[in-house]
Amino acid sequence: MTEVASSLPPPIRRPDVSPARLARRHAAERRFRLCALAAVVIAAGMLLALIGTIAVQSYPAFFETRIGLDVDFDPDVIDPAGTRAPADLGDANYAVLVRRALEKVFPEVRTRRDRRALKRLLSADADLALRDMVLGNPALIGTTQRVWLLASDDVDSFVKGLIAREAPQETRRIDERMAAWIDALAAAGRIETRFNATFFTAADSREPEQAGILGAVVGSALTLIVTLALSFPLGVLAAIYLEEFAPRGRWADLIEVNINNLAAVPSIVFGLLGLAIFLNVFGLPRGAPVAGGMVLALMTLPTVIIAARTAIKAVPPSVREAALALGASHMQAVLHHVLPLALPGMLTGAIIGMARALGETAPLLMIGMVAFIAEVPRGFTDPATVLPVQIYLWADSPERAFVAKTSAATLVLLGFLAAMNAVAVILRRRFERRW
Amino acid sequence: MHLVPLPTTGPAPTATAGRLAAAADADAQTAAFAVRGLDVHYGATPALRNVDLDIAHHRVTALIGPSGCGKSTFLRCLNRMNDLIADCRVSGRVLFNGTDIYAPGTDPVSLRARVGMVFQKPNPFPKSLYDNVAYGPRIHGLAGDRTALDEIVETSLRRAGLWDEVKDRLDAPGTALSGGQQQRLCIARAIAVAPEAILMDEPCSALDPIATARIEELIDELRTEYTIVIVTHSMQQAARVAQTTAFFHLGEVVEVGATERLFTDPRDARTKGYITGRFG
Repeated sequence: MTEVASSLPPPIRRPDVSPARLARRHAAERRFRLCALAAVVIAAGMLLALIGTIAVQSYPAFFETRIGLDVDFDPDVIDPAGTRAPADLGDANYAVLVRRALEKVFPEVRTRRDRRALKRLLSADADLALRDMVLGNPALIGTTQRVWLLASDDVDSFVKGLIAREAPQETRRIDERMAAWIDALAAAGRIETRFNATFFTAADSREPEQAGILGAVVGSALTLIVTLALSFPLGVLAAIYLEEFAPRGRWADLIEVNINNLAAVPSIVFGLLGLAIFLNVFGLPRGAPVAGGMVLALMTLPTVIIAARTAIKAVPPSVREAALALGASHMQAVLHHVLPLALPGMLTGAIIGMARALGETAPLLMIGMVAFIAEVPRGFTDPATVLPVQIYLWADSPERAFVAKTSAATLVLLGFLAAMNAVAVILRRRFERRW
Repeated sequence: MHLVPLPTTGPAPTATAGRLAAAADADAQTAAFAVRGLDVHYGATPALRNVDLDIAHHRVTALIGPSGCGKSTFLRCLNRMNDLIADCRVSGRVLFNGTDIYAPGTDPVSLRARVGMVFQKPNPFPKSLYDNVAYGPRIHGLAGDRTALDEIVETSLRRAGLWDEVKDRLDAPGTALSGGQQQRLCIARAIAVAPEAILMDEPCSALDPIATARIEELIDELRTEYTIVIVTHSMQQAARVAQTTAFFHLGEVVEVGATERLFTDPRDARTKGYITGRFG
């Protein structure tokens, strides 16, 4: 029976192009396209919502409130001996000047408690601001100047409308009495809201109105310089060796598998390694960019190696063969021809690795970079903090004004990332060669 | 120097074998390439089996045969490009001007400076035309100064018949040329190093008939100064450019002879089958 069947020519089957079937196929395609489009719209919407929220929340952080007071730079207080020596000027009790200036505006305030509340209108370091003015320009002594002093974070929040007047007395930071003072100051034109330059020129502070992002930005930059300086050359050289020179075999496979595994290791493990080796064995300073950069370099290295190997693999073998057939040595073929063609890909990979390192906090936790640092680091061995750590620290702070600061710092971090990615794109465009 | 077809099959009387071996040794001293008992394996797969072949000076030798017959492998043995392939094993002797290029003391870098190569697909460097041609002379220190280098570049491009087309745009990237021009650029790049022999691996397979004709003319002109070995799939091309043709089949040299004789009067049944198009 089978013989009979196989001897017959099989019936020819034509494609089924009936309108109903075609319509079903087209409908399926439309559904699929809609789903894909919806996915893109949802993703873009979430991203926009995220950035929008951060931008709106961070808006108050870019402005600060200042209170204008007529300060009498009384020589009897500042320099009773009349030496004008910087040491004497620096030691003077400027808080008296602040108190007197406040009393001039509010002569009716008498009790100690009220006076203390009055002083809380200003930022805690108002006297230091006066001292810096006098040290910078001793000619001020003996004159009376309208000085715009930084308001405290509570006043700032109140002026910006972040503290509602209707809130119950007991729970809000600005009571009726202080609100009345602020209104009086505003009526007298003594309250101004200005662009917050402090945010970009200061390091962290316990007082929200004095806290800035510069310390974290510089810390991040120093850390990333160390990371890039270590991981890029090491990664590229390792990739060149593994791709071009290493004998293929079990050892090469083992190394390859381990590099891929290393890229997937949780970053905190690198932090532990850094703590054990860089701090405890090598004795590097705790919490310094040099140690942080080295830990992040360890973490980025597998990414850089993998990216660099991919870039080398993408160079057409014909280029390598052409060089070798001309009598170039292997090293000449690699340095003159393979490396220039692979460099854009390598740089892109390195920058993507850097971007990941920029957002990393966990490994830095282990080596003491998660700390309150009130000074802008001056070098690779100064204690420093980095942007994501700064965001974490501010998000953890109880003061209301830090909410906006947290968002503002996030914006700065995102801006940093966008800038790095832009650099990656520019480098790729500039060095990319077509063939 | 003529190329003598070596007996590869069939038992011969001992006396004849001895005489042939003596003749072959004499040929080995005078041929450009003398290949004796060459075996090549890729891993466990044999690619060439016991190949004996002499390639004469200043002639064009064409290697023909069906795909996978080992002719490209053979070509790549002549400048040790097979060294790049990880699991490639070569045994036997390849003499170039009398010295064994697979002897332990031979440096493939210096060998490749003397034996140039042109590939199937034009592969100019993604650099300027000038740098493409100047690269070889630069790494081998052939030119003392810029003027000497300019001269080498010009002569090489002239010899490759490309000078008049590109002399005004030597800064343009080599990859911006047409396919045929790129291949002539690759030939110019190869002869800029002043090699003694040039190996060509299907140099026209990616080109149109006009560009092919141009390259074939060029090969004919270059023959006066260089020993040329060309692998080709086109029997017409072999007939047009080569004085000697070797037919490869399944990793063996089946027949070698003067091109005209091989195409008009093939002695082996397999050769006849291939050139008349019955297999391949």
